[in-house]
Amino acid sequence: MATKILTEHINVPGIETFDVYRKQGGYTAVEKAFKTMTPEEVVEEVKKSGVRGRGGAGFPMGMKWSFLAKPEGVPRYLVCNADESEPGTFKDHYLMKTIPHLLIEGMIISSYALGANKSFIYVRGELMYVIHILEKAIAEAKAKGFLGKNILGTGYDLELVVQPGGGAYICGEETALLESLEGKRGNPRNKPPFPAVKGLYQCPTVVNNVESIATTSWIVNHGGEAYAAIGIGRSTGTKLISASGHINKPGVYEIELGVPVEDFIYADEWCGGIRPGHKLKAVVAGGSSVPILPANLILNLANGEKRLMTYESLSDGGFQTGTMLGSGGFIVMDETSCIVRNTWNFARFYHHESCGQCSPCREGTGWMEKVLHRIEYGHGHRQDIDLLVDVAKKIEGNTICPLGDAAAWPVASAIRHFRDEFEWHITNPQEATQPGAVYRGEMALV
Amino acid sequence: MEDNKPQLFKVTVDGIEVEVEPGTTILQAARKIGPEVAPPAMCYYQPLKGSGGKCRACLVRVAAGSAKDPRPMPKLVASCITPVQDGMVVENTTNQQVIDARNGIVEFLLINHPLDCPVCDQAGECDLQNFAFDHGKATTRYEEDRRTFEKHDIGPYIQLHMTRCILCYRCVYTADQITNKRVHGVLGRGDAAEIGTYIEKAIDNDFSGNVIDVCPVGALTDKTYRFKNRVWFTKPVDAHRDCPTCSGKVTLWYRGEEVIRVTARKNEWNEVTEFICNTCRFDQKKTSDWVIEGPTKISRSSVISANKYRADTIKPDFGKRLAAATYKPIDDKRDTSQLDIQQLPPERFAKTLPSALDKEP
Repeated sequence: MATKILTEHINVPGIETFDVYRKQGGYTAVEKAFKTMTPEEVVEEVKKSGVRGRGGAGFPMGMKWSFLAKPEGVPRYLVCNADESEPGTFKDHYLMKTIPHLLIEGMIISSYALGANKSFIYVRGELMYVIHILEKAIAEAKAKGFLGKNILGTGYDLELVVQPGGGAYICGEETALLESLEGKRGNPRNKPPFPAVKGLYQCPTVVNNVESIATTSWIVNHGGEAYAAIGIGRSTGTKLISASGHINKPGVYEIELGVPVEDFIYADEWCGGIRPGHKLKAVVAGGSSVPILPANLILNLANGEKRLMTYESLSDGGFQTGTMLGSGGFIVMDETSCIVRNTWNFARFYHHESCGQCSPCREGTGWMEKVLHRIEYGHGHRQDIDLLVDVAKKIEGNTICPLGDAAAWPVASAIRHFRDEFEWHITNPQEATQPGAVYRGEMALV
Repeated sequence: MEDNKPQLFKVTVDGIEVEVEPGTTILQAARKIGPEVAPPAMCYYQPLKGSGGKCRACLVRVAAGSAKDPRPMPKLVASCITPVQDGMVVENTTNQQVIDARNGIVEFLLINHPLDCPVCDQAGECDLQNFAFDHGKATTRYEEDRRTFEKHDIGPYIQLHMTRCILCYRCVYTADQITNKRVHGVLGRGDAAEIGTYIEKAIDNDFSGNVIDVCPVGALTDKTYRFKNRVWFTKPVDAHRDCPTCSGKVTLWYRGEEVIRVTARKNEWNEVTEFICNTCRFDQKKTSDWVIEGPTKISRSSVISANKYRADTIKPDFGKRLAAATYKPIDDKRDTSQLDIQQLPPERFAKTLPSALDKEP
């Protein structure tokens, strides 16, 4: 049986209440950390665990914590990024609504480790019911003395604030999130300075994803080394994967990093295979912004070895033949999916969500969307494909925040791996614009 | 420390070394060397705190981060906001990747720009025109409709043309930092973002006119000067007056004997260092209101700066051939205040376009 760190008790009835969560061993990590460990020791355990940021970038969390500046007399803040808006990703939403106390326990431990006395959970505005669940859970924890003044008699105070966002994708970028939290327009900041030096209200701040923070209670209970023992190499621990698309069992799965992609798609434990009568065509492995891969490349590396669900294995081969683990939004497509339409849909999303601050992203995302729309609706020209590649190249890496990259990668990768399909749309516009028409030419289906 | 002087950082830009104080940005270090290596800046405005980083026109490549850590930076960086390190090596005009990125930025800025320069009051002193002249192409790959906005009236003095805006945020910073109340800002998101006052409201403030001077394009122009003349037909003269609210140091723009426009003085980087009040700008338009100091030293970016469009500075072939066929250099040392376009001999002007292009250089 695979280790479950986050979802072990998720099916226990009433787990969203304090009493049931406590009965399942909840809040013991808070007690252990407060009574037997110094904040530095907690940071040290997280460092040892090797847990990497689960929001998408995969930056080691312990290292991020150790970058936090600690000037005298200046408050420090911990902000939990629960603005999950990446198409294809719904793990944080699931975690917060089913087991809210896991996040709150993690927030208490992390705030203690970082020395923050006021911490924020920034939840995307559409999830109002989740905000109510979290607020109820916070009130329960406060009533039991795990939050508020003088927690467990240690003299440590912590206030936890749930802040609804306005539903903008850009506010999931950490500096835009901080701007939004301060009540300003959600524009990403120029870096440096990084939030660890000047973050919320110009004070040192750590911004972490929901899933990353939720792992801390297990790490404190079992030790960083036990966590690092799970997984392969630098991809330690478990990861929540939001599986969606043409599979038999869509849902959120907690996997030990290192599971072969093929097993993840076909094993009954997880996705349960492609829906009957169809074949695998492509996978977007880590949320809409990572490069799309065709069936043969997602299952196997370029050298023929099996591809694994780890940060390293998924990005093996760079963007030529690889992708990224990202936020774990695993979108599976069978042969009935039109890659052009899908790419247009992603481009439309990024066009809509660009904040408009820097010119390549503001103008480029709209341009790509319009060209893709044209191709999808049968008005494309041959040179449009190269135009898209060129525009994507000129956005990538030249913007303030990673949204520009996120907009450019899906377009560039779709053309890299499915160029025939784009060409088919351009040369056979009448056929391609029929309802439900999909390219049936030569491609590797599995 | 016996030495009280702060230690200077050595920075190399395009092979030229310069010593600057710690905390200086790459752009400022490059400007210290000279205009040849200074990256273009469409949104950065030195007198405005917090400006910069948005247009990405000033991207440069850092080939070596510092003497201690000589690794190159993985991405191009915005030179206007990146502080220098000791021993940093920067590639600006010498790096093809930088040139390509800049060409891309011009293309992005122009795809939704109306290109109405022939009727735009900013033409001739427009940062975007200059940037496009250096890095743009004569053709476009953009086939779709250009973005348009509903027109908004923001008061009797300032004309807002949102279609021309490149969202540099300079006017927002100006209103934040030199007026006591900001009533306009950026509304909306992405390419639908626009400068506006939310509920139609006039921008009414003693210093509001400065947003016209800081605007790099023709999005915010002077209503009292609207369609009066082209900048290259006017003569700029430095003048001052005893003003109770501002420094009173201005540039008067003459057409014949008439003052048709008053602006703040700009330095060689096209930046205003002393902002002026609306009384000076909009109400004092008689020569008798002012003490004349003498002809203005023309900024290198102005269209009326001598030989700006000299044949060898023109990049696209089309323009080069046109210029070679029609352009005759004029005396660089001449006093621009004496320039009167109507007195120039007719052979100074271009022949009709097709015949000019018949001659291959």
